Amino acid sequence: MINIYTIFKKELLGYIKSPMAYIVAASFFTVTGFFFIASVSDAFSEASIRGFLAGAVFFLIFLSPALTMRLIAEEQKLGTMELLMTSPLKEHEIVVGKFLASFSIVLFMLAGTLFYPIILFIFGVPDFGPIFTGYLGLVLYSCSTLSIGIFASSLSSNQLVSLVVGSGILTLLTFIDFVSERVPGILGTILNELQLGGSFSVFDTSSFGIAEKGHFADFARGIISVYDIVFYLSISIIFLLSTILILETRRWK
Amino acid sequence: MIKISNMSKYYGDYPAVLDISFSIEKGETVGLLGPNGAGKSTTMKVMTGYTPPTNGKVSVGGYDIVDKSLEARRQIGYLPENVPLYLDMTVKEYLNFMASIRGMKKGISKRTDEVIGITGLETYRDVIIGKLSKGYRQRTGIAQSIIHKPKILIMDEPTIGIDPVQVVETRKLIQSLGGEHTLILSSHILPEVTTICKRVLVIHDGKIVADDTPNNLSKRLQSTQVCEVSIKEKDGVNFIKLLRNESYVVDVRSKFDNNSEYKSYIIETSSSDGVEESIAKLIVDNGIGLHKLNSLPLTLEEIFLQLTSE
Repeated sequence: MINIYTIFKKELLGYIKSPMAYIVAASFFTVTGFFFIASVSDAFSEASIRGFLAGAVFFLIFLSPALTMRLIAEEQKLGTMELLMTSPLKEHEIVVGKFLASFSIVLFMLAGTLFYPIILFIFGVPDFGPIFTGYLGLVLYSCSTLSIGIFASSLSSNQLVSLVVGSGILTLLTFIDFVSERVPGILGTILNELQLGGSFSVFDTSSFGIAEKGHFADFARGIISVYDIVFYLSISIIFLLSTILILETRRWK
Repeated sequence: MIKISNMSKYYGDYPAVLDISFSIEKGETVGLLGPNGAGKSTTMKVMTGYTPPTNGKVSVGGYDIVDKSLEARRQIGYLPENVPLYLDMTVKEYLNFMASIRGMKKGISKRTDEVIGITGLETYRDVIIGKLSKGYRQRTGIAQSIIHKPKILIMDEPTIGIDPVQVVETRKLIQSLGGEHTLILSSHILPEVTTICKRVLVIHDGKIVADDTPNNLSKRLQSTQVCEVSIKEKDGVNFIKLLRNESYVVDVRSKFDNNSEYKSYIIETSSSDGVEESIAKLIVDNGIGLHKLNSLPLTLEEIFLQLTSE
């Protein structure tokens, strides 16, 4: 536990010192702010954070890997991985510590967006349920996107490669419903289940950034579905375990 | 402290280290000597638990490096070859972090100050490592390797890439560490190993070709001596004829020289005592115009040639 904390603290300090976390946070606030304003500024628009959720879910595809690309790739590049791997640390302590650091940055970003619902409560009568489940969904969703980002970071010592691979996997998992709709039978169902929740139809108001049949849809509607929670946690665990496995196999090369 | 038996390490099909065995006792200072690519770094990477051996057993401080990896790694302070550092941390932050991941729990900040003192980094305590010169980065690297008071200190080419003044200082620093730790360092510079270490392991092509004290090693190697003689060009033929009659001469080679007035010869001899004297006498007695006479130290290549051809 203490080792996880040491790694976590080091990475968190790294985020505070490097510009990347600020750039990611600023972009996040800008785009989610835009989507939030766009969704509530009509004359008869409903007092919900659905616009914000859509923007957040969509842009985390690119912002999460930007946040995590450094985590393992840089250790490889600087050679400091050799220091970590020859210290009495277990691989999972390294990976979990790094994951928690990036996760806490995202939590901070989400906390910064709480003034959207506050505005709604001041000027309207929003439904509390969907706001709560929306944030719960975002927390779980970002767990998955960050895990995929860390996995991508472990594949290369080049941060840019990690960024592209990470966004690539996330884009693929977002895009997959276009494919699954056209694939018949059980394979189509399986592919559809892998859909991460975001949607590419960002400017189409009907499905506005969140896939209608995806895992995020229920959270946006105010429903807590155990099935979706398990899905996001499973994706996170699978990719974190894969990262640990990659570090372990790298030893044996 | 360290026991390696029949250890091999393959990278793919390529054997970097082939079936080596040796053991190192507590308090020894051991130098791994060898040219680039001989297998020094690989041996160290296996000893530190960075990469497991393909075959054979390695135990560090009584713990097997594969089965009891964490315990074995706890015994070790390691300075890798390229001195990996977090360039955006200050010296102090870096040392504090390294102390924690190496398993120190209490008194980290006191020990950091102590180590900063030992390595002479007082002025740079709060400087970002990225702004330090190579020599001070090296010191920071050495500082992190001793921060947790390891029983075994492993340093891979600790003086490579820094200027001569700092090389001397770094060697002194390492020498002073030898007293309290079991020290293993690798180098391709012979004098470095001989000044710091009491035992030398010579590695060549992934095998140990010699394991001896520096004194014995140089005695063994000094059975032959090489001299360079430069004389007037016109006396050349006569000089070679005279040398052929001397019993101690093994080989004479003429050296290509731009200088037309003098010609240089490399003379390999079979004895080490008084060879220069005998050659000088020969030259003076026969009225040859001498320009220069000096004995050449053995180069590392020659040492390896000698050791590997034995």
